[in-house]
Amino acid sequence: MSHRNYAEKIKEISGVNPYKCMKCGKCSATCPSYSEMDIKPHQFVSYVQSGEIEALAASKSLWKCLSCFACVERCPRDVKPGKLIDAARQLVVRERGGDYLSADEIPALLDEELPQQLLVSAFRRYKR
Amino acid sequence: MQRIGVFVCHCGSNIAATVDVKKVVEMMKKEPGVCHAEDYPYMCSEAGQMKILEAVKEHHLTGVVVCSCSPRMHEATFRKAAERAGLNPYMVEIANIREHCSWIHKDMEEATEKAVILARAAVAKVNLNTPLQAGESRVTKRALVIGGGIAGIQTAIDIADAGYEVDIVEKTPSIGGRMSQLDKTFPTLDCSACILTPKMVEAAAHEKINIYTYSEVDKVTGFVGDFTVDIRKKARSVNSDKCTGCGVCQEKCPSKKSLNEFNRGLNTRSAIYTPFAQAIPNVPVIDRDACIKFKTGKCGVCEKVCQAGAIDYAQQDEIITEKYGAIVVATGFDTIKLDNYDEYAYNQSKDVITSLELERIMNAAGPTKGHLERLSDGKAPKEMVFIQCVGSRCSDNRGKSYCSKICCMYTAKHAMLIRDKYPDVNVTVFYIDVRTPGKNFDEFYRRAVEEYGVNYVKGQVGKVAPLPNGKLLVQGSDLLDNKQILKEADMVVLATAIEPEASVRKIATMLTASIDTNNFLTEAHPKLRPVESPTAGVFLSGVCQGPKDIPETVAQAGAAAVKAIGLLAKDKLTTNPCTAKPDELLCNGCSQCANVCPYGAITYLDKEVNDHGIRETRRIAQVNSALCQGCGACTVTCPSGAMDLQGFSNRQIIAEVDAICR
Amino acid sequence: MPLNENEFRPKIVAFCCNWCSYAGADLAGSSRLSYPADVKIIKVPCSCRVNPMFILRAFEKGADGVILCGCHPGDCHYSTGNYYARRRMTLLFSMLEYLGIEKGRTRVEWVSAAEGVKFSQTMNEFVETIRSLGKNVRLGDLRCKN
Repeated sequence: MSHRNYAEKIKEISGVNPYKCMKCGKCSATCPSYSEMDIKPHQFVSYVQSGEIEALAASKSLWKCLSCFACVERCPRDVKPGKLIDAARQLVVRERGGDYLSADEIPALLDEELPQQLLVSAFRRYKR
Repeated sequence: MQRIGVFVCHCGSNIAATVDVKKVVEMMKKEPGVCHAEDYPYMCSEAGQMKILEAVKEHHLTGVVVCSCSPRMHEATFRKAAERAGLNPYMVEIANIREHCSWIHKDMEEATEKAVILARAAVAKVNLNTPLQAGESRVTKRALVIGGGIAGIQTAIDIADAGYEVDIVEKTPSIGGRMSQLDKTFPTLDCSACILTPKMVEAAAHEKINIYTYSEVDKVTGFVGDFTVDIRKKARSVNSDKCTGCGVCQEKCPSKKSLNEFNRGLNTRSAIYTPFAQAIPNVPVIDRDACIKFKTGKCGVCEKVCQAGAIDYAQQDEIITEKYGAIVVATGFDTIKLDNYDEYAYNQSKDVITSLELERIMNAAGPTKGHLERLSDGKAPKEMVFIQCVGSRCSDNRGKSYCSKICCMYTAKHAMLIRDKYPDVNVTVFYIDVRTPGKNFDEFYRRAVEEYGVNYVKGQVGKVAPLPNGKLLVQGSDLLDNKQILKEADMVVLATAIEPEASVRKIATMLTASIDTNNFLTEAHPKLRPVESPTAGVFLSGVCQGPKDIPETVAQAGAAAVKAIGLLAKDKLTTNPCTAKPDELLCNGCSQCANVCPYGAITYLDKEVNDHGIRETRRIAQVNSALCQGCGACTVTCPSGAMDLQGFSNRQIIAEVDAICR
Repeated sequence: MPLNENEFRPKIVAFCCNWCSYAGADLAGSSRLSYPADVKIIKVPCSCRVNPMFILRAFEKGADGVILCGCHPGDCHYSTGNYYARRRMTLLFSMLEYLGIEKGRTRVEWVSAAEGVKFSQTMNEFVETIRSLGKNVRLGDLRCKN
């Protein structure tokens, strides 16, 4: 997949239109993990806009986002940066192979290193 | 059979780039009734109109079809041209091949095909057109201005200066509006009351202006030139003729716990009150919900202390019915409610305030006598934070999608005034964009930064949290430095979005004036008719039409006045001749049409008719063409099909349907 | 979209009131918001001018869909016209459905003078619905057919 396609994929998974962003920075102003992130939430939106997905995929922000969705809640333009981060994270996880797991497989795979937020956000996404 | 001429406009390239106009001309030549067809680059130009004149003479045309822009744009132009050529103006029809065709389609073949069909429908209609004569209606030489803020006051003064009677209806106890609540005005920093009060006095003293305060519009009937309006003068419980405005009643009133609306609820007032010292009229009102006399029957202190004997507990609402030729809406604005914005802690902390509240705090007549202090503990703030765009530019259903326009400038004003009066106070402004288009506006904002040392930070605030030490923790972005800012502030001021005053919806409905999704009144044309409502005889003044600052409001108020004067100066208006007309032989006098007529234009008459040789007296519907507005509700209701609408007759519309479906 | 001989091109009649919806259609035009050329607009003074007879006539003459647009309830230029239109169309459309004209072929929509976007969206949706329903064969005038 080209970089463009990755960006499209992220938009598709998240259902977010990054062009609605008016660059007010409220997402970054709201973010409780801001200091831990290398790419800040508002930058995430412009990275997806410009298709710089490699940097995003390599960013540690993916694993620092708490999926608290404060940015989603407070964004005045309905851009939902948190959902973009979620989508990018999901993309990276899928790239590593094996999109879906059966419930039986999970216990064996759980380890200390597994980021808690991944479970939380997966639960949020698939709870229905 | 009609002799129809078809004229296809290129509109430069607006039409010709997408529609093959030559082909439209060729196709139209084959249509029944068409004996002439041509195209021209600009039909609306003088030369284009001459084409119509020449063709009417040369080909003895009886009807004209112009394929051009929307009839809302140039129908009147082409009707006048036809009239000049000696045709009845109502023998002209427009095929809208610009807005409804060339501008929305890209493919030439497809657009041309559609243009041909639209032109064909217009030709089919003209084939059935009949000459119509416009009637006349009178103009009542009196204007009504709804709203007594700076917009309404200015409009009223301008109309009255031209010599026409004006009534202002204001729902609060005094005229003055939002501007009377402001402390200083940008970009000159002159005192708001100092420039507004003389205007209020001028309006009140003007012999042609009559002011109804504490009054509301109850009902509007009629139409342009001849509106009839019911005005409800709410019971003041004080006799305006007797009251001297001494103010003793307000001093002695024992009920002093009502929130002071004029000070945005930041302090309290007595149950009998005038909203502010310079109120016009200077006659108090008894707030019956708060008055002890009205609640329990015991008290009557105001009546005892009033030397003039002006207190009248038995006063009732009074309905005044008046006729007007023109109505100007100047209902103004309010700030939005902040219940959806919990992150700014407005409802949790007294020290988080809106800019309009700060305006009252800064005012010498305000709740703190003009001292800048925290409302929670009365302490002087050291660190102040201003947050821009609170509820403005939001597309997330919590706020308003538009820019409120005035906030950037009033925040610069507030910041500057605070730094000037209290140099030890640090002021930080969180902004998304600073928008200062206007004469001397950007210079004003730059002065705030360069001369007064106001700290502007590009980025929005995400959260304001009250801290146990009484301060407010402000968490915001600094996008230029790419960092998150945590700041302890003593006071936070929210540049709250403005929205049209809530009562405007009811008023717009009464006037049948259109309103947009944000409750702003719609103008007849966004660029060329910005102070007129699409409803004839209704004009727009001030923020009811869209966000504006004071100079713009005053300018628009003057413009609305000129438009109203232009209408009032006419002795007669020509009326729309497209009115309903009954077929006397088909009418059975059932009254159904009169039941649906919104204008009471239909009456019944016992009339002798000759129905195919049978002479008898029948009850027959009569349409008063001066009252009929031509909606056509009666035509569909009529069970015998006797009622038809001139200019939009059943046969004409069916001919259009047939032409489209052919 | 280029013309294609085989493609189904529905005939759609849109009745628009002069004060709101026709102006809304004009706004869609001046904002260059496209919708299919299959839609042809007939201007009426008010939605209440539309006689059920006109709609029956359109179907008789081969229309595949008819849409009626008026001012929003409460905003009618003539105060109450759109309420009459709403009631009449509710009755007419249920009768048409009884006669076999699918509900999707008829529609009433409120479009204000400021809603160019809504006008264009509505027309796009409506044409899409008619395209999926295919040609209307129920009410055609058989007398005219060979």
